[in-house]
Amino acid sequence: MYAFCYLEITMSMVDEPLYPIAVLIDELKNDDIQLRLNSIRKLSTIARALGEERTRKELIPFLSENNDDDDEVLLAMAEELGVFIPYVGGLEHAHVLLPPLETLCTVEETCVRDKAVESLCRIGSQMRENDLVDWFIPLVKRLAAGEWFTARVSACGLFHIAYPSASEILKAELRTIYSQLCQDDMPMVRRSASTNLGKFAATVEKAHLKTDIMQIFEDLTQDDQDSVRLLAVEGCAALGKLLEPQDCIAHILPVIVVFSQDKSWRVRYMVANQLYELCEAVGPEPTKTDLVPAYVRLLRDNEAEVRIAAAGKVTKFSRILSPELAVQHILPCVKELSSDSSQHVRSALASVIMGMAPVLGKDATIEQLLPIFLSLLKDEFPDVRLNIISKLDQVNQVIGIDLLSQSLLPAIVELAEDRHWRVRLAIIEYIPLLASQLGVGFFDDKLGALCMQWLQDKVYSIREAAANNLKRLAEEFGPEWAMQHIVPQVLEMVNNPHYLYRMTILGAISLLAPVMGSEITCSKLLPVVVTLAKDRVANIRFNVAKVLQSFIPIVDQSVIEKTVRPCLVELAEDPDVDVRYFSKQALEAIDQVMMTS
Amino acid sequence: MNGGDGGDVAAAPAGPPPPLDWKFSQVFGERTAGEEVQEVDIISAIEFDKSGDHLATGDRGGRVVLFERSDTKENGGSRRDIEKIDYPTSRHPEFRYKTEFQSHEPEFDYLKSLEIEEKINKIRWCQTSNGALFLLSTNDKTIKYWKVQEKKIKKVASMNVDPSKAVGKGNIGSSIVSSSTNSHLANGGCKDKSSTNLINDFKFPAGGIPSLRLPVVTYNETSLVSRCRRVYAHAHDYHINSISNNSDGETFISADDLRINLWNLEISNQSFNIVDVKPVNMEDLTEVITCAEFHPTHCSTLAYSSSKGSIRLVDLRQSALCDKHSKLFVEQEAPGSKSFFTEIIASTSDIKFGRDGRYILSRDYMTLKLWDINMDSGPVSTFQVHEYLRPKLCDLYENDSIFDKFECCLSGDGQRVATGSYSNLFRVFGCGPGSNESTTLEASKNPMRRQVQTPARPSRSLSSITRAVRRGGGESPGVDANGNSLDLTTKLLHLAWHPSENSIACAAANSLYMYYA
Repeated sequence: MYAFCYLEITMSMVDEPLYPIAVLIDELKNDDIQLRLNSIRKLSTIARALGEERTRKELIPFLSENNDDDDEVLLAMAEELGVFIPYVGGLEHAHVLLPPLETLCTVEETCVRDKAVESLCRIGSQMRENDLVDWFIPLVKRLAAGEWFTARVSACGLFHIAYPSASEILKAELRTIYSQLCQDDMPMVRRSASTNLGKFAATVEKAHLKTDIMQIFEDLTQDDQDSVRLLAVEGCAALGKLLEPQDCIAHILPVIVVFSQDKSWRVRYMVANQLYELCEAVGPEPTKTDLVPAYVRLLRDNEAEVRIAAAGKVTKFSRILSPELAVQHILPCVKELSSDSSQHVRSALASVIMGMAPVLGKDATIEQLLPIFLSLLKDEFPDVRLNIISKLDQVNQVIGIDLLSQSLLPAIVELAEDRHWRVRLAIIEYIPLLASQLGVGFFDDKLGALCMQWLQDKVYSIREAAANNLKRLAEEFGPEWAMQHIVPQVLEMVNNPHYLYRMTILGAISLLAPVMGSEITCSKLLPVVVTLAKDRVANIRFNVAKVLQSFIPIVDQSVIEKTVRPCLVELAEDPDVDVRYFSKQALEAIDQVMMTS
Repeated sequence: MNGGDGGDVAAAPAGPPPPLDWKFSQVFGERTAGEEVQEVDIISAIEFDKSGDHLATGDRGGRVVLFERSDTKENGGSRRDIEKIDYPTSRHPEFRYKTEFQSHEPEFDYLKSLEIEEKINKIRWCQTSNGALFLLSTNDKTIKYWKVQEKKIKKVASMNVDPSKAVGKGNIGSSIVSSSTNSHLANGGCKDKSSTNLINDFKFPAGGIPSLRLPVVTYNETSLVSRCRRVYAHAHDYHINSISNNSDGETFISADDLRINLWNLEISNQSFNIVDVKPVNMEDLTEVITCAEFHPTHCSTLAYSSSKGSIRLVDLRQSALCDKHSKLFVEQEAPGSKSFFTEIIASTSDIKFGRDGRYILSRDYMTLKLWDINMDSGPVSTFQVHEYLRPKLCDLYENDSIFDKFECCLSGDGQRVATGSYSNLFRVFGCGPGSNESTTLEASKNPMRRQVQTPARPSRSLSSITRAVRRGGGESPGVDANGNSLDLTTKLLHLAWHPSENSIACAAANSLYMYYA
């Protein structure tokens, strides 16, 4: 390509090494979006080629003017400009990057605006204080007074950068502007103001925090748009951390309690989701007195979505309470939730309930939690059972294996034969963990057969996972155990009439070999593989070649020469092209090993 | 209407506003005599935007045509002006063609062996921003989000590698571009690598390379570009009958026969089912959703109507699945009046909230009903649209006309309502206190040609209503007001009232007629 263009390069007076960069610059305005995108992604290269001064005087203004592009290009531009300070001559010139980003803050595509705001924050946080006052703060004010809501939405995300370096008068002005944004007639702007309130509040002086910011916050919590109110819930946690404890209790706690009984389930959902953070914000005592009742209400909410969110926080919440309180208030709700009408609630509960065991202690666990746990294990929905089983290690520690195994096994067996292959897959992935928890003895009796059964599953992913599972079991229990409980059973299946199952066995063998070590591989596995080299299906034969190649580092050189090589040589003459290809590859690998050793 | 209520109190002694004197304003796509209407050109949706500066129509061919107001001063004013406009102009609104685009194409659902028509069922305007217009359009299955914006046509003037200098080599410039594109695409960044290497090997001098120039771009003219920004598909098993924006500016609903889904404008790959009336056994199906609309200001309230003539108000705050309504509006049928057609003609074909959200207007086959959302015992007023058809219901059933879905609309001040009928007629009723206005107009250049004498009507005030009263009952019987034969093929299904002025846009087949008063 470059040779082809050479003539043209000389004609247009661009030096040859410059040609790629010249093209790159030209492609900033190419009709093909991929090329424009490519050029924008290499903006730093272009900047280096132009030098700092021309980047400031030409490239940046050029970008400011040419912002009428596709969203992907604008997004890339917003991102690149965020790290552009070195290319415009360092911090003292950082402000030249603001104008193009300011325009990007006003486009209607949200992700572009967000990226532009992010880049502006990144640049602003490095700028010198004077420059912030001269350039950044006016920019924030311009955006906040923007004609279209898009600019005002972006402005909300910049105040926390602008505020600290402002003078007292300016600070007061910025606070006023922010409170105006919180009352904007476009809900989008109020949402953005609500989202960013925590960040902004963190930069505001304590004195104003209690007055101005709390006033803003209060207004937001009473907004008639649900979407604004529910964002204010997050504000509770953020503001609570900034306030003195007594102020937090006086101003934030009542809001949380009101929110937890909001008419809108989405707001209550947010409270349920944020509850832990909210508790952290208000501290332990108010949590006990005010938030426990609120939480209990959420656990018993009418709306399943709220209960799901609340159920998922049971453990986290119980941890900040005393065991007595947890038993007294939370456990009864947990009991109810375990037979909730919504499977998703039960599933959410199942995924966290085991964490409650250490909080409650052994007695309470066996007495109170175990029955719940057992009923969830028998749940009619596989997700619920799966969630319990996946947290098995936590259970075991508290109630011991005997109690566990009695109730656990039927559930596992049932899940192992579940109609949905994804469920089977999930349970297979837990088997090694189970095995380590249950120990060899228990495993042999009950689960060994299952592991073999999966090798003959109808679904490839299950067979593949089953083979992998055998390897992990062999690792867990050691080669001797595997020699007794895995290898013979696996090798038995090698004569299965269906070639796909034979293929699975071949895969299992190649996985097991490294774990089993040289001796067993030579004596048990290799002969079987060599037999398969005569299989009537070509796919099996070339997989044999691949497996043999994988044996090279495991077995002795003498074995390679005596058994592996002859087998491969024979396969290299196979009528099938793929078989020949893979056997030749394997042979080459042998030769390479020979040469190096 | 809240605002209007205040006004009413002051104006009350003066009595009801005088009936409007409707005049023809404009027509787009007028047919010449004898010209045949192309099926694809028939208008299937009309919608004014919030400011009333723009009007969109959709047709059966899947096209959306936009019109802009031409009688107002330059709308280069501030956003706030455009957002809540109230032009004190003395002139009536006039529109000019702005642009059009192909919104939907005919499709075929291979899994269900179903043809999906391109016909636009509904159009809804979204929040304007940055001078661009945004709207949602839907056919039976797919909703699309469109952006219409004036774009400057760029012309790249100066380049480093000038394609035109490569004389005698054809257009090398473009061949470079294409070859590099190919390598880029085919080898996954192969071109990138080569150029990056070259660039990295090259030491840039501190002051940069003076010979390199940035492209110079000049803009001469502008053109309107319509781009589809998002496609909300595969969420409806049945035909979408309505879409409606929420006042929060970020969500909208789409309703089909059995379900209502809630979307976020920015997320096109998932929606939430909020209403599902599908019975476990489809044989138990007795009622379908015919129309759904969000409350204009309360973000959590929506209304949907059914084929049984009821309107349900749903509170989204109550629960994630809103199968339980919070209010039900249904008129108790008079005993003894039941006939074979009662159920069919009870089906609500359209509902609209008034601008302040206090009233809901609904249209069924024979009547227009106005409901106060604070009064669920029955409609506040009922207007007979074409009572003379009642004896003919049997014929209308025979030729399926009885299933025609007429739309309805309210004026911006909530003082009047309008809906269409057959023979290209539409009717305007006064619904303010004491008003007995009832006008019949024809969608033609001479709307008053078939003026029906307005019947006398008991006058009363809305504020003192405790029970519903039938109105407009004194309509002249017979075939048609002027004795013209009833034309069932020319039906005026779609019409829209300008949000702030007394101006109506209505569709007669492929023509868009505009009237003002």
